[in-house]
Amino acid sequence: MKIWSSLLAVIALVFIAWVGAGVLHLSTFFGIVLPYLALIIFLAGFLLRVIKWGKSPVPFCIPTTCGQQESLPWIKPNKIENPTTTWGVIWRMILEITLFRSLFRNTATEKHDGNLAIGSAKWLWFGSLLFHWSMLVIIIRHLRFFTEPVPVLIQGLEFMDSFLQIGIPLLYMTDVFIVLALSYLFLRRVAIPKVKYISQAADYFPLLLLLGVAISGILMRYFFRVDVVGVKELAMGLVTFRPVFSAEIGPIFYIHLTLVSCLFAYFPWSKLMHAGGIFMSPTRNLANNSRMVRHVNPWNYAVKTHTYDEYEEEFRDKMKKVGLPLEGEG
Amino acid sequence: MYNGGKIIAGLIIFAAIITSPFLLNIGKADEAPQPSLDTPAINQMSEKKCVESAEFMRTGHMQMLNDWRDQVVRNGDTVYVSNSGQEYEMSLENSCLKCHSNKQEFCDSCHTYAQVDPYCWDCHTDTKGAGQ
Amino acid sequence: MAKLPKKDELMNYKYEVPPSDWMDTAVDIRPGTYCYGAKGKNLEAVNFPNARDWSPVDEDWHLPDNWQEIFLNGMAERLDKYRSFRLFMDVCVRCGACADKCHFYMGSGDPKNMPVLRGELLRSVYRRYFTTSGKLLGRIAGARDLTEDVLKELWFYFYQCTECRRCSVFCPYGIDQAEITIMGRELFNLLGLNTDWISGPVANCYMKGNHVGLEPQTILSNIEFMMDDLEDITGKRIEPRFNKKGAEILFVAPSGDLFADPGIYTCMGYLMLFEQLGLDYTMSTYASEGGNFGFFTSNEMAKRLNAKIYAEAKRLGVKWILGGECGHMWRVVNQYMDTWNGPADFLEVPVSPITGTKFENARSTKMVHIAEFTADLIYHNKLKLDPSRNDHLRITFHDSCNTSRGMGIMEEPRYIIKNVCNNFFEMPEETIREKTLCCGSGSGLNAGENMEVRLRGGFPRANAVKYVQDKHGVNVLANICAIDRAAMPSLMDYWVPGVQVMGVHELVGNALIMDGEKERTLNLRGEPLPGKGGEDDV
Repeated sequence: MKIWSSLLAVIALVFIAWVGAGVLHLSTFFGIVLPYLALIIFLAGFLLRVIKWGKSPVPFCIPTTCGQQESLPWIKPNKIENPTTTWGVIWRMILEITLFRSLFRNTATEKHDGNLAIGSAKWLWFGSLLFHWSMLVIIIRHLRFFTEPVPVLIQGLEFMDSFLQIGIPLLYMTDVFIVLALSYLFLRRVAIPKVKYISQAADYFPLLLLLGVAISGILMRYFFRVDVVGVKELAMGLVTFRPVFSAEIGPIFYIHLTLVSCLFAYFPWSKLMHAGGIFMSPTRNLANNSRMVRHVNPWNYAVKTHTYDEYEEEFRDKMKKVGLPLEGEG
Repeated sequence: MYNGGKIIAGLIIFAAIITSPFLLNIGKADEAPQPSLDTPAINQMSEKKCVESAEFMRTGHMQMLNDWRDQVVRNGDTVYVSNSGQEYEMSLENSCLKCHSNKQEFCDSCHTYAQVDPYCWDCHTDTKGAGQ
Repeated sequence: MAKLPKKDELMNYKYEVPPSDWMDTAVDIRPGTYCYGAKGKNLEAVNFPNARDWSPVDEDWHLPDNWQEIFLNGMAERLDKYRSFRLFMDVCVRCGACADKCHFYMGSGDPKNMPVLRGELLRSVYRRYFTTSGKLLGRIAGARDLTEDVLKELWFYFYQCTECRRCSVFCPYGIDQAEITIMGRELFNLLGLNTDWISGPVANCYMKGNHVGLEPQTILSNIEFMMDDLEDITGKRIEPRFNKKGAEILFVAPSGDLFADPGIYTCMGYLMLFEQLGLDYTMSTYASEGGNFGFFTSNEMAKRLNAKIYAEAKRLGVKWILGGECGHMWRVVNQYMDTWNGPADFLEVPVSPITGTKFENARSTKMVHIAEFTADLIYHNKLKLDPSRNDHLRITFHDSCNTSRGMGIMEEPRYIIKNVCNNFFEMPEETIREKTLCCGSGSGLNAGENMEVRLRGGFPRANAVKYVQDKHGVNVLANICAIDRAAMPSLMDYWVPGVQVMGVHELVGNALIMDGEKERTLNLRGEPLPGKGGEDDV
């Protein structure tokens, strides 16, 4: 049900784009209005969501410490996994964000009769890393449509991504990687019972949407070719606020663009916001220095306590009997 | 603790990255290149037409050239029969560049615009030696 | 205590999922799996709302009429107060990396014990009432109404989480189920839904100064008994000091160490050490608890209990505070105490009077862990030790969840153990340090009536102990946690018979050569030391 409804939603989006742009020729809506709208929703939604998180304070210093603390000078602390300085935290965050450090720890537990076996399990880490890095390279590569002249950096990236020189146009390795990685991430949700059990439509939908984006892009580049110069002209028009259609562009382009727009518009309201969330995570982005520097809770308030005087009042006789020193005389 | 400053700084950087295609193009009036057909060979043609229609060539020329190469090198077949029944020699230098002798104004103008770096020119040169 | 289930019954589980969706799978609150409900009087003692006697197995929990409103308002308030809570409600991608990291899942196979699903139990409510998609789309957006059944399910599984943070080590976004559990338990407490095993100690600690409810004269007589035993063992009479003004150091231990076997042996170790050093210290009968069951209740309650330590340090005019071996106590001291009840500007940066070491890492909180203190002493050769007295012990060390994942004190206790013992063996790497497996009884779950859950939750840890028992003949599980000392013995007896549970300072006490002591023939437990009694035992 959760899988089928997600699949259906993606197919519906493809169909709408195909009918709208390919049959009804609503190219202004699908080529101009929708992308602008999606970008505005994405940017505003993303910023608002992060600001909403930011409005809740971090009352306590709660890093998850994953290594030896800094204590005595002759004990070697783990400065990254249990940081006490801002630099340590920065390194920790870089490792988390670029290499998925925590996911790299992943293990799998198996039960053999009366014993547990904990083994290494790196596939999830590898698949996720492959997907995210491919995605990043692909996004940067797409900047060739939005810049004129195309910066050397993007040219270099493009060259490296296609250096195997397979086919015409040259095959991008990241195109293959992203489809493989997304397929893996989708299939593990379907095939591993416990992962399937925890999965929601909100997990299948983005994966299928991303697959739709990747596949439509690949079809456009390698099979149903479109006029690249016309596409770039439209893209450049969009980013200079003078969008024009000088050439007829095939429906596959609009399908690709519509799926991308939907991805952008969906992003801020979904779990995809983990992209912003990881920067904000208090168990990762704080230094374990709360015994060295006082962490201040902005809403800290006075509480009712049971004072020593009240305590002594209650136990004075008993304390006196065993010779404990007293504040007041009873 | 809120770290409001850091969050806002981060968001500004994020917004700058996302809108960078817009920011980088401020004040630029970009126009798509018009590949030039102004060569002596083309000017002499009574009916200015390529081996296939312009629409087809625009999206499919790279595939066609790739096929030509395979046909010639692997099968020794050198004759291309177009949709209209016309026969052409399958040769980049002898057919294409004979008319489009202005590689820079024709081929390169779009390739550069769309950041395409075809490896045709790793081996082939344009006949005037203007390429390599 | 409920009758212990048979091993093969407990082990009769697989990592499988039920045929029905988790939202349609009803919770089964059966004996052995839950802690008794709080008693009204204990909640009243600390002025908690909706105090009443109740039982989790009753059909009717006697909730206040507007319980949903209370719950949801409480949730809204906490979403605004804790970034962790709001973030962890939003960003989980359900990748499942945490799933088989939870000891309760590993030991029960119940999918709702996977941290991701334990979190989803509350996230589904969050989506329904706090997100647009959940309000509009309902179940297909993973949202569900807050019904009484949902509340019961939440309660059941949030009291099957020991707030150990192991999931958070593996989560790519650092989502910490402990944070979610802490919030959930705060919400239950708004409805009077605490457990007896937590609310009782909280009330005790609030009124009497410690969880176990020892009154001042009882503390003194307990210590007296210990000192009698120590006199027999060492030939020396130790006179510990209490409530002494003007001492240099206030020593605060978890009250379990003043109370029962095997914690008392750890306590003997502390006091022998202080005696040998001639330390100018005092303990307090008022602040006689380092641990904090308030932490398993609400942030406010934890702060109310914790306040006593600084208040007493101020009243007695000490320079700094030394803390005993305890797990969640040190999570609280390291990450919360200064924020709640600081700044402790009436204290001085701790300096060891023996070695002169300045504990810069505690310069603000001014509280030092005894393992840091003792490791420093050993490093500077200030202790005469005879590790051979522990030669009959083959030791492994269990990192406590809180001290490893909420502090990072990993090398200090190991350094001490290696200096006071000759036979030390590590458990497998995936089960120690930051990846340590919980005892299954933390966060106030060490009651008797929920023994099945404790045995299941403790099984992964016990299984790792069994591994070193089989491989190296390990017979001692050393630790620096009072809950471990209280909970692990029954766990070991059940899963790994023949393994004793000892605090690190019990091992120190055994190895410590005190000035003027008689030749030791007994260990701190009063058992003959093999090879030391003039007899020919090995």
